[in-house]
This record gives sequence, C-alpha cells and structure tokens, in this order.
Amino acid sequence: MTHPTPTDAAPMLDIRAVNKHYGAFQVLKQCSVAVKAGEVVVVCGPSGSGKSTLIKCVNALEPVDDGEIRIDGQLVTDGKADLPRLRSRVGMVFQHFELFPHMTVLENLCVGQEKVLKRGREEARKKADMLLARVGMAAHAGKYPMHLSGGQQQRIAIARALAMDPIAMLFDEPTSALDPEMITEVLDVMVALAQEGMTMMVVTHEMGFARKVANRVVFMDRGEIVEDTPTQMFFDAPKSDRAKLFLSKILSH
Amino acid sequence: MKGWHWDGFFEYLTNGYLLEGAFVTLGLTVFSIVFGLMLGFVIAVMRMSEHKFLSAPAYFYTWIMRGTPLLVQLIIIYTGLPQLGIKFTVLESTLIGLTLNEAAYLSEIVRAGIAAVPRGQVNAARAIGMTPFQVMRYVVAPQAFRIIIPPLGNSVNGVLKTTSIASIISMEELLRRTQVLIQERFLVLELFLVAAIYYLIMTTAWEFVQRWIERRFGRAYDPKAGLVEQR
Repeated sequence: MTHPTPTDAAPMLDIRAVNKHYGAFQVLKQCSVAVKAGEVVVVCGPSGSGKSTLIKCVNALEPVDDGEIRIDGQLVTDGKADLPRLRSRVGMVFQHFELFPHMTVLENLCVGQEKVLKRGREEARKKADMLLARVGMAAHAGKYPMHLSGGQQQRIAIARALAMDPIAMLFDEPTSALDPEMITEVLDVMVALAQEGMTMMVVTHEMGFARKVANRVVFMDRGEIVEDTPTQMFFDAPKSDRAKLFLSKILSH
Repeated sequence: MKGWHWDGFFEYLTNGYLLEGAFVTLGLTVFSIVFGLMLGFVIAVMRMSEHKFLSAPAYFYTWIMRGTPLLVQLIIIYTGLPQLGIKFTVLESTLIGLTLNEAAYLSEIVRAGIAAVPRGQVNAARAIGMTPFQVMRYVVAPQAFRIIIPPLGNSVNGVLKTTSIASIISMEELLRRTQVLIQERFLVLELFLVAAIYYLIMTTAWEFVQRWIERRFGRAYDPKAGLVEQR
C-alpha cells in the first residue's frame, strides 16, 4: 500500500546544511533533508552514523553548530526561537519510551495538553481516552508505566505525542529497545499513522516498515547523508557502495 | 544526692516544662528542614547552572556553611553580629543559623537527586513543549524528590538532635530546659536520661513518618502493585 502523494508546498521539516561537533569529532556533516507534509521519510544507517543526533536536532533537543532547521517554515536554529512552542507542534517518540514513571498512563497523556496547551481537564481526558483506544491501551489508563510491557509503553508514548495534535512526528529508533514479539504491535500503530497521512521522520532499522510506508529512505554514514532516494529505488538499486554494504548486512537473514 | 532516684525520673518524664522544650525542638526541626529544603533547592539549581555567576556563589555558600561548625555560626549570629548593629533574638538567631546551615547540606542531597533523573526524561518533557520551569516542576522535581527521601530522612533525624547545639545561645529547647532543671535538684543522670528518651521518641516517630512518605511516593514503582491489578 502506497502513501498518499505529498503536496508540493514548502517542506514541513526542513534541515539545511547542518554541521555538528562533539568536541573535535564531527557527528553531522552538511546534512540536508526535507520532509513535506504527508511524507514519510525513513532514516537508516550503521550505528554511530549520526541519525539519532540528526533527528534530535530537528526539535532542538540537540543544538547544531551551523546550518538551518525549520519546522513549518519557522526557524528552530536561531537563538530567538520560541522552542517550547515549536516543540509542542512536533511529536517525538524515543527509543526508551521515556514515559513519566511517576504518572499514570492517563496523566502521561494529559500533562502536556493541560500544562503546555492549557486545555481543560475534561477536554484533555477525552482526547487521552480516544487516543488510548486507538493504540489499543484503553484498559490501562490508571496504571503506572512500570507495570506495562515495552510494547505497551511505546504505544502509549506514541499516544502521548499525538495528544498534542502534532503537525509532524519524529521517531528515534522506536522499536530498537523492544523484545522481538512486541515490535509488530508498535509498527502496526506507526503504519496506521502513516496511512492516515501523518508527516513522519523515522530513524529505524525496520526495513519492512520502510518498504511498506516510506516515500523516501535517507541513508547516513559517518555523519553524512549518503543517499536520499525514493524507497523502491533504495532497495532495488542503491547508488553508493556504503548503502549496498549496509543493506547486504541487514537483509541477509 | 547519691544513687538513682526513680521518683525523680518518673516525675521529670511527665514534666510539662520539659515536654514544652521537646515541642520547641520539634518546631525548630520542622522549620529548618522546610525552609532549608527550599533554600537548598535554589542553591542546588544554581550550583548545576552552566553560568559561572550562578554556580560559583552557590559553591562558595556550601563551602563556607559546611566548612565551619554550626556552633560557631550560631555564636557569630547571636553574639557577633550585634557588634555591627545587627541584632537578632535567640529564637531568630537559632532559626536563621539552623536553616542556613541545613540548606547547605540539603542542597547537596537535592543536587544528587536532580542529577539522578535520567536525561531522557528531560528530553521527553522538552519534546512535548514544556518550558525549563515546567520540566523541573512536573517531571524532574517529583522524580528527584522520591530519590532523595532516604537521605532527607537522615537529615531530619540529624537536625532533631543538632538543635540541641542552640542551647549554647540559651535557646530554650529540650536540652537547655533539661540543664535548667538540673540546677534545681541535681538529678543529673535522671534528667539527661529523660532528655535522651524524648529525643529517641522523636527520632523513632520520624522513622514511621518517613516510611509512610516512602510508600506514598513509591506507589508508581512498586512491582507488586501492578501485578495484582493486571492479572
């Protein structure tokens, strides 16, 4: 099943010529990626290639040295940006879920709505209930995260991000910390989200997911964007040797 | 006055004057822990700041307050400062001295608690659009508080007993009143034992309070709590 055709409007997420160092080590070298509204872009590459750092730069959880990043046309990378406001418009899902352990599932979904978006308790609760039902977690609203499986926690983390009505979603290796039998339940939620037209940037090694819903695959290695190609082309005929090598390693089994 | 006097011991064990002194000790403890924790929190956050002009004064403060004896600090506040025209009553001097001193120790406990909250939690809170203040208020502080309950309990236990130092500047807490009563009938051993028992009762009561607080804030982390509900 292919994804709805993205519009030709200005990109929703726009990363331009970003450089970043950790001390003397350069993690990002002149990275540029654009994600249009409704597009799903998968970012992959060997560990240490900088893909997680890149996605954390999009909502400025990590600062960049130079280059420009825009969310829906608004500049993230100048010192004057209202970062809390910009971040509240982009949902993010982390490798280790990062649900707030001292809050119940329901509180996790409501805290951002109430404190950041200033929604009323009733409205926030209604939205939370609706999203919990959507990710199949309606029965667990009163539980604490520690009493749930990894797959359940990650589905709730996705619901928490969606509760903010984001214009785009960032996923930073959302299934890498999960036991194999729980990966599918999380990917199912993500596929459904993609098919509904959500703009998504996804760092993942799940090539099945990429094939199914990604418009493009971005391949990174040693801080550089080596390929940025339509999904089909990436799997059928990768241009670079580095991408060929990477694919041969992760698709050989 | 040789030998042990049971009658004197029991008389003082239920003495209203001493009991009042014990309540003063309790009051001093609650005050210096509550305000010491607030001030300690501010110092801890300053200390963790990237800005030198915030972290340096915070470090300087803890260095001075933890590097000099409380006894000396109390004497300076009560008998030294009047020389500069700054006068405090005994009670004021005691409250100020205990609170400022305790804040220095508590700031280190708070700092450890904040540092123990995983970085990923901060990122998750920032990612949903929280301001730095909201990140602290709703995500970091509640988790840090749970972590610091045991060392904080240690501090409360310590302060309960440390308040006795204020007897030196004639603060009428439990120890001071014990010493006053000794002047009357010279039942030294009996009275000090009564005082020791009062302290023991207060520290023991605190243990129960602490256990309750730990349970209250540990609910979300109790592995058994979820299993019963889930199965």
